[in-house]
Formats: sequence, structure tokens, C-alpha cells
Amino acid sequence: MDTMTNWHERLIRKTTRPTLVTTYRYWVWVAFLVAIVANGVFQYSKQWSEGLYVTGMRDRISWGLYITAFVFFIGISHAGTLISAILRASKATWRAPITRIAELITAVALVVGASFVLIDMGRPERIFNVFRYGRWQSPIMWDVMAITTYLTASVIYLYAPMIPDLALYRDRLANKVGFIRRFFYETVALNWRGLPSQVRFLGKAITIMMLLIMPIAVSVHTVVSWIFAMTLRVGWNTSIFGVLFVAGAIFSGVATLVLVMATLRRMYHWEEYLTPKHFLYLGYLLAAFAGFMIYVNINEYLTEGFKLEESGEFAFRQLFIDDFAAMFWFYVIGGLIAPIVIMLIPKTRTVAGVVVAAILVDIAMFLERYFIVVTGLRVPLMPYEPASYAPTFIEWSIFIAGVALFLLLITIALKVLPMFAVWEMTEEHELAIARQTEPVLQTGYEGPAPGVSGSPGPDGLTEGGLS
Amino acid sequence: MSKRVETAESPPEPRREIPIPLDAVDRRTVLKYIGLGALGAVPLVASTQLMDGLVKDVVTGPEAAGLAAPTGDATTKFGRVRQWTMIIDLAKCDGCQSQGTPPQCTTACIEGHFAPQPMQWIEIYEAELSGGGTQFIPTPCQQCENPPCVKVCPVGATFSTPEGTVLIDQDRCIGCRICMAACPYDRRFFNWGKPPIPPEAALADYSPEQQTPASRGTVMKCDFCPEMVRGGTLPFCVQGCPNDAIWYGDFEEDVATNGRQIVKATQLISERNGYRLKEHLGTQPRVYYLPGHGEDIGRDPENEGRMPTEWPWIERAEGAVTWTR
Ligand code: SF4
Ligand code: SF4
Ligand code: SF4
Repeated sequence: MDTMTNWHERLIRKTTRPTLVTTYRYWVWVAFLVAIVANGVFQYSKQWSEGLYVTGMRDRISWGLYITAFVFFIGISHAGTLISAILRASKATWRAPITRIAELITAVALVVGASFVLIDMGRPERIFNVFRYGRWQSPIMWDVMAITTYLTASVIYLYAPMIPDLALYRDRLANKVGFIRRFFYETVALNWRGLPSQVRFLGKAITIMMLLIMPIAVSVHTVVSWIFAMTLRVGWNTSIFGVLFVAGAIFSGVATLVLVMATLRRMYHWEEYLTPKHFLYLGYLLAAFAGFMIYVNINEYLTEGFKLEESGEFAFRQLFIDDFAAMFWFYVIGGLIAPIVIMLIPKTRTVAGVVVAAILVDIAMFLERYFIVVTGLRVPLMPYEPASYAPTFIEWSIFIAGVALFLLLITIALKVLPMFAVWEMTEEHELAIARQTEPVLQTGYEGPAPGVSGSPGPDGLTEGGLS
Repeated sequence: MSKRVETAESPPEPRREIPIPLDAVDRRTVLKYIGLGALGAVPLVASTQLMDGLVKDVVTGPEAAGLAAPTGDATTKFGRVRQWTMIIDLAKCDGCQSQGTPPQCTTACIEGHFAPQPMQWIEIYEAELSGGGTQFIPTPCQQCENPPCVKVCPVGATFSTPEGTVLIDQDRCIGCRICMAACPYDRRFFNWGKPPIPPEAALADYSPEQQTPASRGTVMKCDFCPEMVRGGTLPFCVQGCPNDAIWYGDFEEDVATNGRQIVKATQLISERNGYRLKEHLGTQPRVYYLPGHGEDIGRDPENEGRMPTEWPWIERAEGAVTWTR
């Protein structure tokens, strides 16, 4: 068990490193992000006083970059919760080191995505009308309900499995961090002592949240798609939109997860825990979803393009040949085909290869959201010249500020929250070791560990929340 | 009252008779006949109360319809709520080419409502005819009975009225613009900036029936002028049309007038093969079109183009920012 203890101590040391060590570079990075966000706030203040006049949107293309950003970030939020819930439910043992990061991305992306709805509103100061006069018949209300539910659920789902780790931080870092953080850990660790009753309770809570979160997550991006699909617009008026949006959401979510993981791995030397295996598995997931996206897209475009109803020709022409062709074909080739190819060729089937694929996928999915929003609105409804739309400097500034805010929130979380589910990883590691000696017993075992740092013992097996 | 435009009083030019067997009568008789004159005598009930009723109807669904049995709705003398309709005779619309002016319905509507530039609540689209040449299609809000815009509004700021029209409460609108995405007729307009309006408009008493003054960050569109007809006059656009191409009417009493003649609305629609725009969408517009390309005014379909719309008061709208559509 000596190796085990060493392993465990090393894991704690590595996990707490971002919390304890604040480098000069960290502050430069934070300052850089704060500056970008501040510029976004400043640009928004102009929009606040002058109205949406300062954007490139007009009557005929009345949604643009902000709604694109909304859809994109809400999509990214599917990284975490859904992935970690699916992996937890399917008892994929390799998930332990990535769930926390994934769940964090979810919560942060949701906050950023939801704020773009506010930014897009003509009268943001009237937001409370949504609660005062809300009509449940409106797709926007569905969104409000789904997103608030999802945010609540994913914060709980981020928090619950973190409690043992927060308790670990409380116990281990008591003398190493300032008063505020000490107080914080003491409060949020909720008196966790790793007692069997607590373990049982936590196990149940995680299982319930895991089961709840999957339908909630699926519903969220489905209703986001319904904002578009509930209209009579050519290109939006299709029943496949829900599927397309949910698949795209998980797709871009996995890609973002890969990118965040790769960055942290490099920065904090977490190679031991975020192994090439994790990247490869996520790469396979990317390739699988790319395949599924191709299938859904064929469904979408063939059923519409075959019949080519009124305005259909215009819609296809602008997408395939004219104004949006570059974006569309980048999406198809770079975003859908390239990840599959990268994962097929052994030479590129590496961590670097997966990271490249993830970058391509994120860019492609952003472009896809953009051309879905803009091309749908651009198809003329009456005999008039098609309008054009280009985001203004202010729109870009605010969008980039949104990206910066996303990174900033993760950066701050890094300072405070344990990025690894230490107890789950310890659990897995012990099982892995045990498996080498006694393979039959532990097959498929999956469950929360009983204690903060202790070994589970045979009792842990029967008390596992998931079994 | 000074805002109301009376351009329809201009001397009539020789025109082809409408194939509807009703004699031409003067405006006053027309209005009396369809009961609008009488309605003018009914004092406008507190419109806020009326609006509350209407909005509740939409927000809380049909159960609350009782609330919307309003004293303020235009009713027939048997107490039934009028069902407004508009019938636009494309054979008589030449896009005001023969006048050499911008389309006068649009201009009248802009003057009457101070519709901020560049909003054309009734817009004259020029569409290709199947056999070449063009026709002009004056397009107000189609006042859909199955309105996509009402369905999607998250706060009930866009609502259907018992009179069968669709209004917008700009005091409630949050500017989400999903209604603009939903309207299949491109009939909604957004105040992207501080709306360019003349000073006198800023003093008006706001009501969703007379969307003045316009306010930034909210949506506007043709309101079908319920206040005008209740007061005994025809909508600005109907009055403005020098060719009497626009009929305004009530399906409840089955009557329509273009300010010069009165006809049976349904008969006019049937006998002239009236149709509605994008009927296949199922939006059930209250605006009907009679086919044509201005031939009654002697327009040649090859004679393309119309004068661009103007906002006559725009110089008086100080410091206004305008935008293009
Ligand atoms: S823009 Fe205004 S009227 Fe239109 S859907 Fe939103 S709140 Fe309703
Ligand atoms: S034409 Fe457009 S704005 Fe008017 S009622 Fe129909 S959907 Fe609504
Ligand atoms: S009915 Fe009234 S609001 Fe509508 S186009 Fe005519 S004048 Fe304008």
C-alpha cells in the first residue's frame, strides 16, 4: 500500500497545485482576460445607450452574432454534464479524471450563453416582464425554463461530487490558504467526514442527479432549436432541428472539453492523470458524433433539397455556392470529415491530433450556428432584394468578451475548486491495482468512495450508489 | 384629429366600374351605412381597460375570453364584434405610377402614424408576373387569424384582438424579435435606435392602437387602424389611395368600402377570385387580394418601378438617427 499512499499524496499535491501556486503568468493571463471583458462591457454600454442600432442587425436579418453566441455557448455547455452523466451511467471507468472539468465547463458556458440573450434584447431593462407576463406557449419561455432548470441542475451536479474533495481541501489546505478561502471550504464542505451514512447519501444524490440531468440536457438544446424550428422559415422549418442541435451541442461540447483539458494538462503537468487514452477516447467520441452529424445533415438537406420548395433554391444556393459557401464547406470538410479522418489514420491518432480535431470542430460548430441563424433569416419572404448582415466592431467586441468571460470564469475556478474528483480517481486507482491481483471481483464495479482519503474496503462495494 | 389625412377627397378620375352591383355613394353615406358613423358617437372607453381585456384574452387563453367581451370593441348594432378585413384590388394599384408620387397609401400611413423611417407598415412590393412584367402588391400586416407572431411572443406583447386583428403593446415588448423571425410576410419593424419621429408625435398619448410615440427597442407594424374606424373614418392608407384600390370592411356585417362605394365583402372577394398571400401556410390572413397589375388605371405591366417612399416630416425629427431596412 505504500505505492498507493504515494500515488494518493502525489495526486493531492498535483490537484491542489493551481490553488496553492499562483504564478506571475497567471496574473498576466487574468489581467488580459479582464481587459477584454472590460472592453466588452464598455462596448455594451454604448449599445445600452444607443440601442441595437450599433449592431449590424436590421429588420430583415434581425438576429446575428449574439444569438449565434447564445446557441454556441449553450451547446458547449453540453460538454460536461451530459458527457459526465453518460459516462457515469455507462460506468466508463476512465471518466474519473475528466468529469469535474467537464461539469465546470457546463456551468460556466451556461452563464455566458444565457447572458447573450440579455445582450440581444432590445429592452433588457424589461427582462422581468418575462416573469410577470410570461406565456408558456412561447418557445422563448421554454428556453427560459429549460436553461434555468439546467443551470440549477448542473450546478448541483458539479457541486455534489465535489463535496468530498472540498472536504479534502478544507482538511489539507487549512494552513496554506487565506482566511476567505478557508472559510469558503469549511462552508461548502458541509461537514463532510466520509461517514458511511454520508457516503450513502451522496451516492444516491449523484445517481438521482445523473439520471435527471440527461433528459434536462437533451431538452435544453432541443428547445433552443425550437426557437428556430417553430417558425415558418425555409431552412428552419424542419423537425430534424432538435436532433441536429443536440448532436451539435454534444459535438462542440466534447471539442471544448478536449481543448480545456489539453491546456490544463500542459500548464499543470497533469499528464499522469489526463492520459493519451482520455484524449483518444474523446477523439473517438468526436469522430462518432461527426459521423452522426453527417447523417443528420444529409437528412436535413436531402429532404429539403430533393423537393426544393418555394425559396428552397435561394436557400441552398447561398449556402452551397454563394455567400455562405466558404463557411458551409469549412464546416463540412474541416468540422465533420477531418475529425473522422484524423481518428482513422494511426499517425494522427495522437493527443496532438485530437486537439487539432477539437479546434476544427469548435470553429466549424461556431460557423454552423452562425450560418443557421443568418441564412435562415436572409431568405427573402417577399419580393425584395436579400438583405446582408455583417457583425459590427461592437458585436465582435462583445462576442470576444463572452469568450474571455468563459475563460476567466474557468481560470478563477481553477484557483478555488478542485479540478479533479480526487476521491473518485483514488477509487479507480485502487480498483485498478486490485484488478491486477484479483480481476474477477471488481469487474464493472463503479461507485462513490466512502471516504476522503481512506480506502473503501469491502463495505464500499455494497454501498456503492450506482449499483 | 388634425393628423388625419383626407387625400381621398381629391376629385375622382374616370375609372372602370367595379363589377359589384352597388351604386357609388358619398363617403358619409358609406360610413353611415356600415355603421361606422354611429360608432364614432360611442365614446372611446378607457383604452387601457380595453387593452387589459384583450391582453388577458391572449395571455390566459380562451377561458378568460369573457373578460374580453368589451364595451370598447367595435360592434354591430346587434352587439356582435366586428371582424375587420381589408381587400386590396391589385387591378387598381399602379404603385402610384400614374400620380408620379411615392405610393400614397404608404405616405398616408406614415403621416398618420409617424411610422419611423424606414418603416413602411404598408409596403408596395413589386413582384414578377408569371408572363413577364410586374405587379404592385401593397402589403400591410396581414392580420393573421392564426398568427405566428402572436404564438411566439414570450410576454404577450403581441396579441390578437376580438376584432380579429393583431396589435403590439410597445410598453410591454422586451425586444426579443422572435416575432420578426416568425412573421412570414416581413411585416414587422424594429426600432433599432431612438426612433426618428417629429416633435408632435412625442406628445401623443400612447396606445397599442395608435403606436405613437414609437419607443426604442420595440417592434411595430400596421395596426389596422381600429381607432380610426371606431371614430368613423377609414384607415389612413384607404383614404390615401388615389385609385380607391383598398377596401376596408367588416365580415360580421359582410360589407366593405373603399371610401367611394360600398359592397358586399364576401361577394367582392368571390367574384373577383380573391386570394390571400401564402395561403398554404395556414396563417389565415384577414387581408385579401384581387388579382391584377394596375390595368384598371391603364398600367402596362412592363412599366417597372415606383417612386421611393418618403418620410415627409423627417427634417423636423431633430437629431434623428435612421437606418436602412
Ligand atoms: S419583440 Fe416584442 S412583440 Fe416581438 S416577440 Fe419579443 S416581446 Fe413580443
Ligand atoms: S402578417 Fe406577420 S405581423 Fe401580421 S399578423 Fe401575420 S404574422 Fe403577425
Ligand atoms: S391599416 Fe392603418 S396602420 Fe395599417 S397600413 Fe393602413 S393606415 Fe397603416
